[in-house]
Amino acid sequence: MAYQNARPKWTELAVGTAVTCPGSSRATKTGDWRSARPVWTNEHCVKCGVCVIFCPEGCIQFQADGYPTADLDYCKGCGICPHECPTGCIRMQDEVE
Amino acid sequence: MEKRIGIEASIAIAEAVGLCDADVVAAYPITPQTHIVEHLSEMVADGHLDAAFVPVESEHSAMSVCCGTSAAGARTFTATSSQGLALMHEILYIASALRLPIVMSVANRAISGPINIWNDHSDVMVERDVGWVQIFCENGQEAVDLTIWAFRLAEDPRVSLPIMVNFDGFIVSHMVEPLFMPDREMVKAFLPPFKPLQRLDIDNPISMGPVGIPDIFTEAKQVQQHLLTQAYQPIVETLGEFAKVFKRQYKPVETYRGDDADVLLLTMGAIGETAMTAVDQRRAKGDKVGLVRLRLWRPFPFEDLFRALGRIPVLGVIDRCISFGGPVGPVACEVKGALYGRKDHPLVVEFVAGLGGRDVTVTDFDKMFDALFEAKRSGKVPAPVLVGLRE
Ligand code: SF4
Ligand code: SF4
Repeated sequence: MAYQNARPKWTELAVGTAVTCPGSSRATKTGDWRSARPVWTNEHCVKCGVCVIFCPEGCIQFQADGYPTADLDYCKGCGICPHECPTGCIRMQDEVE
Repeated sequence: MEKRIGIEASIAIAEAVGLCDADVVAAYPITPQTHIVEHLSEMVADGHLDAAFVPVESEHSAMSVCCGTSAAGARTFTATSSQGLALMHEILYIASALRLPIVMSVANRAISGPINIWNDHSDVMVERDVGWVQIFCENGQEAVDLTIWAFRLAEDPRVSLPIMVNFDGFIVSHMVEPLFMPDREMVKAFLPPFKPLQRLDIDNPISMGPVGIPDIFTEAKQVQQHLLTQAYQPIVETLGEFAKVFKRQYKPVETYRGDDADVLLLTMGAIGETAMTAVDQRRAKGDKVGLVRLRLWRPFPFEDLFRALGRIPVLGVIDRCISFGGPVGPVACEVKGALYGRKDHPLVVEFVAGLGGRDVTVTDFDKMFDALFEAKRSGKVPAPVLVGLRE
C-alpha cells in the first residue's frame, strides 16, 4: 500500500502513487474531520433506511435492534442524514472536546 | 519492405497507428487534425483495425477515456489540436501523474481569438509543464516515424509516460508527400506488445489516482521530474533502435551547416525545412549561416543544445507563439534560461514568426540572418522582432 509508511521518500512511492492494496479507506479513519455528529431519537424512526442510503460515506448501518446509527470512525458530519430523514429524528450535535 | 507512396500525412499517421495495433482510439475531430480521426474511424469500421473507436463528445472526454483505457492496459491513441488541446488541459496532468503511456498527435494550430484555424505553436506551448514527453516533427515522414516510435518510448518501462507528437497543422498534416510507409513486419520487430507497469484488474485490485496529501505531493512531483528528465536516455536509445530497423535516424537536436557558422538560427517544426533553403542561398553568397532544429522539447535536451551551439557568438531563436507581457518567446526564454551562467554564451536574438498561419518565407529568413549579422557587428541585442509585422 502506498501510504503504509506514512512519510515515504520519493523513491518509495508506488507507481503513479497508486494504492496497491485494497482496504485503505477502512484503514484510514477519517471521522476526525467532523465538527458535528448525527444523533438519533429512535422514537420517531420508521426504519425506512433513507439515511442509510443517502449517507455519502456509507457509514450508517442498522443495528441489531433495527434502528440505524453512524460509525463515527468514518462519519464526516456532513449533515445529509438529518436533512433527508423524513421523520426528523436525526439532529446534528456540535463536537466539543 | 517499405513502400514509397504519395500520401497525405494525416492519413499516413492514422495508418501508422493501425500498424502499431492500437487497442483504443478516443478522439474528437478538430481542424486540422480531422483527417487522422476520420481515417482511424473508417479503419475500425471497415475491420482493418481491431480497436475500440470511442466517438466522445469533447476533448475533455477524449483524454478522460484515454486515461481509463490506458489504465486498463490498452494501447491508446488520440489526436487533437488548438482549442481541443486546451480543453484536455486538466486531464493531461492526470495522464502523466498516473504514468499512462498514451500517444497523442497534435496538429499544431493557433489558439483563438481572433478565431483562427491556422498553424502556429500557441496551442502546445501552454502545455509545456504537463509532464508529457513532447517532440516536434518537420514533415510527414517524421510524423509517421515518430508516431510509431512514440508507442515504443511511451511504453518503455523506464519511462511509462504519455507523449505528444507535434507537427504543424495544414503545413504538415494536409501535405501529400512521397514517404516511406513502414510495413507491419518492421513495426512488429520494433514495437513489442504493450506490457503496462500496472493496470486496473479486478483480480488484483488497485486504486489509481488517489488523493496526494501535502505530505506526499512534493515527493510525487519529484518522481515526475525525475522520470521525465531520465527519459532522455531511453529516448536516444529507442531513436537508435528505430534507425536500426527503419534506416532513418532522428536526434533530439539537429544542426544544418552549423559547424563553421558565424550565426545560428534555431527553429522548431516545419519551418526548419524552408530555413534550410534560406541557409543554402545565403551560403551560396558566402555568408556563414547555419541552423539548429530543436526536435525534442520535453525533456529539454540541454547537452545536445550546448553541443549544437558550440561557441557561436549570436543565436536567433524563432518562436511560433507569444508569451504576452512576459519574455515574448517561450522557446527563446527556455534557451536563454538554459544558457544562463554558461561561459561565452551567445547573444540571443528573439523572433516571433508564422503566427496564425502566416507564411514564413525565405525572404523572411534572409531578414532574420541580416539581423543576426547586425547583432554580431554591434554586439547589441535588438528588441524581439515580430517577423512581417506591418507598421
Ligand atoms: S431516515 Fe430517519 S426514519 Fe428513516 S431510518 Fe433513518 S433515521 Fe429512521
Ligand atoms: S452526517 Fe453525513 S457522514 Fe455522518 S452519518 Fe450523517 S450522512 Fe453520514
